[in-house]
Amino acid sequence: MAPRSIAIWVLVALVGAIGWGVLALSRGEEISAAWMLAAALGSYAIAYRFYSRFIARRVLRVDKTRATPAERLDNGVDFHPTDRRVLFGHHFAAVAGAGPLVGPVLAAQMGYLPGTIWLVAGVIFAGAVQDMVTLFFSTRRDGRSLGQMARDEIGPFGGAAALVAVFAIMIILLAVLALVIVGALAHSPWGVFSIGMTIPIALFMGVYLRILRPGRVTEVSLIGVALLLLAIVAGGWVAESSWAEFFTLKPTTLVLWMVAYGFLASVLPVWLLLAPRDYLSTFMKVGTIALMAVGVAVAMPTLKMDAITSFASRGDGPVFAGSMFPFVFITIACGALSGFHSLVSSGTTPKMVQKETQIRMIGYGSMLTESFVAVMAMIAACIIEPGLFFAVNSPGGVIGTTVQSASEAVTNLGFTISPEQLAQAAKDVEEASLLSRTGGAPTFALGMSEIFSSVFGGASMKAFWYHFAIMFEALFILTTLDAGTRVGRFMLQDTLGNVYKPFKQISWKPGVWISSALVVGAWGYFLWVGVKDPLGGINQLFPLFGIANQLLAAVALAVCTTLLVKSGRLKWAWVTALPLAWDVAVTLTASWQKVFSEDPRVGFFAQRDKYQAGIDADKVLPPAKSMEDMHTVVTNSTVDGVLSALFALLIIVVLVDAARVCFKAISSPESVRLSEVAWTESKIIAPAGFFPTPEEKAELAAAGLDSGGGKVKEPVA
Amino acid sequence: MTTLRERLAKVRHYVREFSGEAAYDRYVAHARGHDPDAEVMTRRAFERARTDARESDPREGFRCC
Repeated sequence: MAPRSIAIWVLVALVGAIGWGVLALSRGEEISAAWMLAAALGSYAIAYRFYSRFIARRVLRVDKTRATPAERLDNGVDFHPTDRRVLFGHHFAAVAGAGPLVGPVLAAQMGYLPGTIWLVAGVIFAGAVQDMVTLFFSTRRDGRSLGQMARDEIGPFGGAAALVAVFAIMIILLAVLALVIVGALAHSPWGVFSIGMTIPIALFMGVYLRILRPGRVTEVSLIGVALLLLAIVAGGWVAESSWAEFFTLKPTTLVLWMVAYGFLASVLPVWLLLAPRDYLSTFMKVGTIALMAVGVAVAMPTLKMDAITSFASRGDGPVFAGSMFPFVFITIACGALSGFHSLVSSGTTPKMVQKETQIRMIGYGSMLTESFVAVMAMIAACIIEPGLFFAVNSPGGVIGTTVQSASEAVTNLGFTISPEQLAQAAKDVEEASLLSRTGGAPTFALGMSEIFSSVFGGASMKAFWYHFAIMFEALFILTTLDAGTRVGRFMLQDTLGNVYKPFKQISWKPGVWISSALVVGAWGYFLWVGVKDPLGGINQLFPLFGIANQLLAAVALAVCTTLLVKSGRLKWAWVTALPLAWDVAVTLTASWQKVFSEDPRVGFFAQRDKYQAGIDADKVLPPAKSMEDMHTVVTNSTVDGVLSALFALLIIVVLVDAARVCFKAISSPESVRLSEVAWTESKIIAPAGFFPTPEEKAELAAAGLDSGGGKVKEPVA
Repeated sequence: MTTLRERLAKVRHYVREFSGEAAYDRYVAHARGHDPDAEVMTRRAFERARTDARESDPREGFRCC
């Protein structure tokens, strides 16, 4: 390294270290969010520059002379070498959704420090590594999916377990995301109207793209976004008009609407609803995240939450139960380590990678960016009054239904907020009430409206920004409901097709309808349970979602580790084996506690026993209000407990099978069979990172190419 | 020196690439690149085929939580 770059990197390291120092050592005083940004960005820069480079060069040994599937199989449609900066955008837009905005908000109940440390350390050593290594191995296998790789490289047993895991996770994911939306939209005419309007807007865009002007995505997206903003503004008018009552929906009614929407959307043609919604949510996502980064940088708000709250050690927090280990690491999945990414990294993206050397920037870089989004969500949750945070995120069973009871309950939790402040906070964003708006989205929206209104538009714009943020989350959650139901249906059809052949044909409509109904019914069941649960749905279901997501990460990391071992990289297998060990420790501890803990707040079966004993003694135990509630709790905790046990079992099956394959590969290396595609020479010259290095520039100039790179022209003979 | 015009062209290029609008041009260029007289789909037919492909395998283009 040149002295100048040594000096620069020492400086970056210092900025990060000072950020961490201030975050960790401040006691009692409120500190600026700038320190959190410094700590995170400094760490990301160091990790990207050094650790990801080490993984690319030493561990994976990315080969710039090797042609990628995009180059070899180029068909101009799904396989084509794509400009690395464009692909970075595509990949980032595909991996980042509502997840990184929800988990950190919930984890803020333990203070900002545990969550932030996990977000940054987790992404550097686990999440980004998983995404990058999966992308690498899938690229070497013509873009095979994680499930296929598990089957090819581990075996049919591990592969089947991986498939079951993906399906179960999809169901829980959809239920939890839908629950987040129900929490945000219940009794909110403004929210319901503006989200409802996204359906006609999307239908219009779909028809426009199909019939009027095919393929003009940019113009139709701009029209769509303009209509969307109008819908948000109009929501405010509706909320004040006589229509308000019509759009004021109870949570249970919303569940029925969501289920009906999920079913209809998933059987309608893709072009009509899903494709335009996808464009709309991607535009909104990228735009809002950019806006948020600017907002945080300009406003530099102050963190009001404690660094570590007492819930971290006691494990009796109202938002989710359990102590810091393992539950912070379960609650924050997306943004630190998200198993779901392995599905994107082994699907669309590997078919478009132009050069193997770019895997570092696309896989590792995109995940760092998502982690940064999650850090901003953490900031949004920690700049609002902690008292308000707990009033919004605690279930009704804890804080009651009036501002007075909520204020008292929050005081009992060790924070203060007056009934007047609670009423005023709701009035500021033009909502009837903010109490028990669990699920993270409303809290995030409150923080965002705080930041945005201080930069753009002042206090009078608070309500607009609040509903803008709700809309932004609801938009892509609804898109995920549709897309996820389709993926679940696809897997189900494939499986049912083994029993009754016609199910495999996607043109056989009854098959499509039956499988769609089954998938929607499955997540609809959990959604219904979540809404009706006297103990609070998010409180009960979010840990299951976290465990499920981390379980998928364990499958991905196990596949990666197996592949490292099988491909003769045993020496470097720790790069994925260590995060795997950590992830397994976290997931299995959490599952263990969820199944066997004797604390009824944590363990599902202890909870079941407690309420069953109540039923036997003919007593109603709070927060249940009736015998019916008691029976609901018993059923729910049994289902949740069985599911936790099933997840733990699946992870063990995959791990044991992977360990067997690794052991065999180590003891008899000659038996190893890899399904890697053979080396072919690459004719493409392109830089590896965002900015070409001087050598790369010279190489591009010699070949007469611009910074996007491309195929070397054959000399004319 | 890059002029404003060149910069705008670049921005337009990236927006089209990112939104997927350039997919059709790429397909035509690809088909014609192999055989200048190759028969290519109309833009309408191409865009239809592209969205309908997602119908048959919804895992393509799946987005995360």
